[in-house]
Amino acid sequence: MQLFPCPFCGLRAEAEFHFATTAGRARPEGAPDDVAWARYLYGEDAPKGLTTEIWLHTTCGEYFLLTRNSLTRLITGSEALR
Amino acid sequence: MKRHSAFTLAQQALRGHKDWPQTWAKGTLKPKYDAVVIGGGGHGLATAYYLAKTHGITRVAVLEKGWIGGGNTGRNTTVIRSNYFYPESVALYDLALRLYEGLSRELNYNIMLSQRGMLIAAHTPAQMEICARIANAMQINGVDGRLMDAQEATRRVPLANQSADARYRLTGGIWQDRAGVARHDAVAWGYARAASALGVDIIENCEVIDIIVEAGCVTGVETTHGRVKTSALGLATAGATTGLTAPHGISLPIQTYALQAFVSEPVKPVLDTVLLYLGTGTYLSQSDKGELVIGGGLDRVPTHGKTGNLPMQEQIISGLLEMFPAFGQLKLLRQWAGVVDVVPDSSPILGPAGPKGLFLNCGWGTGGFKAIPAGGTLLAHMLATGGHHDISRPFDLTRFITGRLIDEAAGSGIAH
Repeated sequence: MQLFPCPFCGLRAEAEFHFATTAGRARPEGAPDDVAWARYLYGEDAPKGLTTEIWLHTTCGEYFLLTRNSLTRLITGSEALR
Repeated sequence: MKRHSAFTLAQQALRGHKDWPQTWAKGTLKPKYDAVVIGGGGHGLATAYYLAKTHGITRVAVLEKGWIGGGNTGRNTTVIRSNYFYPESVALYDLALRLYEGLSRELNYNIMLSQRGMLIAAHTPAQMEICARIANAMQINGVDGRLMDAQEATRRVPLANQSADARYRLTGGIWQDRAGVARHDAVAWGYARAASALGVDIIENCEVIDIIVEAGCVTGVETTHGRVKTSALGLATAGATTGLTAPHGISLPIQTYALQAFVSEPVKPVLDTVLLYLGTGTYLSQSDKGELVIGGGLDRVPTHGKTGNLPMQEQIISGLLEMFPAFGQLKLLRQWAGVVDVVPDSSPILGPAGPKGLFLNCGWGTGGFKAIPAGGTLLAHMLATGGHHDISRPFDLTRFITGRLIDEAAGSGIAH
């Protein structure tokens, strides 16, 4: 069992967390075309290596940014979204 | 290619199995091909075979970064089935099943297909309703599937926990008679042997570093063995797909996860079907050697690593023991994971993407093995003709733009 750092609760068991999405996809402004909207909705692209993601700590209900290596599972950062 | 027969098998046995011919030829990379397929798993090798066999295109290379069949083809639980909900999915997976049914003969190579039937087991009235809905959909789509009642299900799976305090007592489920298992290595080796005999170059330990694009068209690939020219490029690289497409600005709705599987020590015959339990998400079958082959859902943490993590192991094994308390004394022999490419609607992506000449065969998620003959047929069709096959068209990448998703995860209410 890996421990994930919640910015609010500290180190907790990975089973308490839920992956939401790859971070950094900006919501298109104005009236985006279908291609831009689809890219925003679905463009995960599964980065290999260092990646920043949005996770939910289901225990406290807070979303936060998690920086980790998707190959080695090493976690390098955890930051509140608000 | 020397053909195998009962006579040649007996001959080899008498000679002490000392002079079997090499199954397929190690290819050497040429500077130019009519078509290049990246990925020497089942899908890639099948693509090369059908390019040569069906379309007469034999100047084909399969580039594999490791050894053939060493990725997800060698890391799955070998289940073959077509018990899907939507007509598009049934057309796709039943094409694969029909081709699998004739594959040993077609390839002259025993893939050990064992159509022992599959039960998707339910344990609540609500699940039985979902099962009835899927069984109806399968029949409307022309595939053998039917609702099985509790009595017959219990007879099929006599060791399932039916005690008064069982949490998941069988109430029946969906039965598909033609479902079963096959020997995964034999599928890869059989396609490799047949493709190699038709002149396809299979190159192992050859990693593709980049796709070369000029003026909006694919012109080749850069590999660890040097540059290769081609104008028709097929990707059959499962979890590694986004690493090749992202640098070219092709956005894919893919997230990769590890999918784990386990085998127990071998025991006498205890289970003669493939069984998936809706209640626990755990599924299993028994191999010809007697090992129980056990699988479950995806790991919950996206990863490109092939190790698998402990919480999902615990969930799968606890599910197994809830269903079969008698297996509590069994030892696990091996555990492994494959890196699978998961898309939001749990259906594959088949079709062109980005530069002209590039075609994708990816997004199979947890269910690629069962689809190998269809994935190969359809990717070969696209590489040879430059356009879609009727069966692949609904699975085009543009469905994420138009919104015409084929949501099998929602449609069937089961994990894929």
